[in-house]
Amino acid sequence: MAATVQVMKRPVRKSSYIRATLSGMALTFRHLVQSAGDRSEKTIQYPDEKKQLSPRWRGTHVMETHDDGRPKCVACGLCPTICPANCIKLVPGEDDQGNRYPIVYEIDEFRCIFCGMCQEVCPVEAIHVGNHYESGEYTRDNFVYDLDRLMKQTHPSTLLWDPADPAGE
Amino acid sequence: MQAVQTISNLHQPSDMAFLVWSMIKVIAAFSVVMVTVAMLTLMERKVSAWMQDRLGPNRVGPGGLGQPLADGIKNILKEETNPAEANRVFFTLAPMLSIIPALVTFAVIPFAAPLPTRWGVIPMIVADLPVGILFLLAFSSLGVYGIVLAGWASSNKYALLGGLRAGAQMISYEIALGLSLMSLFFVVGNVGLPEIVYKQQQMNLWFALPFSVSFFFFWISCFAETNRLPFDLPEAESELVTGYHTEYSAMKFSMFFIAEYAHVLTVSALMATLFLGGWDIPGYGGDDMLGFGADGRWIGAQPAIWKTIVSFGFFTAKTFFFILIFMLVRWTVPRFRYDQVMDLGWKIMLPAALVAVVVTGATVLGLDSAGEPFVQVAPDGTRGAITLFGGLVLTAVNGVMLFLVMWLMDRGRVLSGTGSMDEKRIHAQHLARRRAEQMRQRLTTPGSAVR
Repeated sequence: MAATVQVMKRPVRKSSYIRATLSGMALTFRHLVQSAGDRSEKTIQYPDEKKQLSPRWRGTHVMETHDDGRPKCVACGLCPTICPANCIKLVPGEDDQGNRYPIVYEIDEFRCIFCGMCQEVCPVEAIHVGNHYESGEYTRDNFVYDLDRLMKQTHPSTLLWDPADPAGE
Repeated sequence: MQAVQTISNLHQPSDMAFLVWSMIKVIAAFSVVMVTVAMLTLMERKVSAWMQDRLGPNRVGPGGLGQPLADGIKNILKEETNPAEANRVFFTLAPMLSIIPALVTFAVIPFAAPLPTRWGVIPMIVADLPVGILFLLAFSSLGVYGIVLAGWASSNKYALLGGLRAGAQMISYEIALGLSLMSLFFVVGNVGLPEIVYKQQQMNLWFALPFSVSFFFFWISCFAETNRLPFDLPEAESELVTGYHTEYSAMKFSMFFIAEYAHVLTVSALMATLFLGGWDIPGYGGDDMLGFGADGRWIGAQPAIWKTIVSFGFFTAKTFFFILIFMLVRWTVPRFRYDQVMDLGWKIMLPAALVAVVVTGATVLGLDSAGEPFVQVAPDGTRGAITLFGGLVLTAVNGVMLFLVMWLMDRGRVLSGTGSMDEKRIHAQHLARRRAEQMRQRLTTPGSAVR
């Protein structure tokens, strides 16, 4: 059976073409006058002005260091275990006093999904996700951050959970 | 309404002066048009950005003014791709065929009042052809060959469809374009553009008012002729990738781009000349001049250098007014469906333009036979100015016609889903008729009526 089509009887006011066109042109012209001469404030001109990041923004990682320059990491192995993207490579070592330290600590920022679980799970608050987003590189290899590079990162680390402000306000 | 005045102390330039000044005019007009076209690409991007509350290009030079230059350099340095299956000769020829008519057409448009020099009075028009606007119409429709050839030579289905659409659209709207100018021609009695400007100056009324229907149709046809929204079916990005220039890259693509903007510029200048008095200075009678008549005498007011400069300013302002409308429409109105474009062209604009010609002719004839001559005729038989009274009568008549056209177009029958809505309507009628038939049968058959 053929489908029955209900033909809508719309009032002329709604199906008008000319009036709709004119009102549309009035709208665009109004916007044109409003922002003519680059007066529109809605664009953030990126390289010149940068957006204020949220304190909880999760970006490229930072490794905290002791005052003498050693990494705070104790090579417990929790972060590679919890990492859902499996992007952390850790080879633990132990010195003659029995202190554990990472021999190899690499994070593949390309694999990383920036969930921040490594920072949450870290018992000594050594690894952090950073408040940072400009991480462009020319080769894929450069996205594998080794321990030295992680320690050299200067950007602030992310505030995942502030005890003074539990709701994140 | 001043009588035709002539000044005899002005002389025509000698052949040598004519040659030199013509070359100067050609070079000046060409460079001004090319620079304006380049700036139009920037203007389009800026205007569209502002309409959408964006900023537009602002990195190259102050306010992005260097952007067209950067684009030009980029397009020249880019690699040109030639599709293996493409017809190489036509593929290369098409952009040239597209850009040349667009640039050539500017030659017959007068852009300022005649300039008095010590070598004679120089008309500010590159080529004062006696056939003026006919030349312009012929060449502007030649531009479609470039597009059709590009579509065909690309050996690409989308490009071919784009070229096909361009051809169909151009043919449909060319007719309405020509017809809308008919009434203007027989009132003016000439097709030379300086004459049309002079007639408007003499009447003290721009043709946009007495020929408002022509103006409206000409305007719509110009949108179709320049392949810009709402009639950009040849490129139709969402349907045909980019239509006829899908396969083009680098400078060849850029040529199509330049051609489009040159077309926009020419058509805007043409509309300003035909309907807004061209380089006429509004409200000032001292610039009403035509040029040298057949007897070598100057017709019109005394030319002056300041008049040339000021009138050029007004010509530019009027042209840019139309260009701005072009851009405003492009970034506001969505594209028509193909069948709607054809319907609008053949079913509305063509008959309506014909009716407008007939009505305008009848009005002129009626005025003449009622003892109010539409055109002043001098004792020696030469045609003079159009009377202001006649112009006002035409304004009223055209106003009524324009209102009727608008009223018809506004009913939602024409421009809302035409084809499919018709089908639906026919289908619904068919269903209703069948239902009524069944009901009648049921009522007339004995035994079933009890139910």
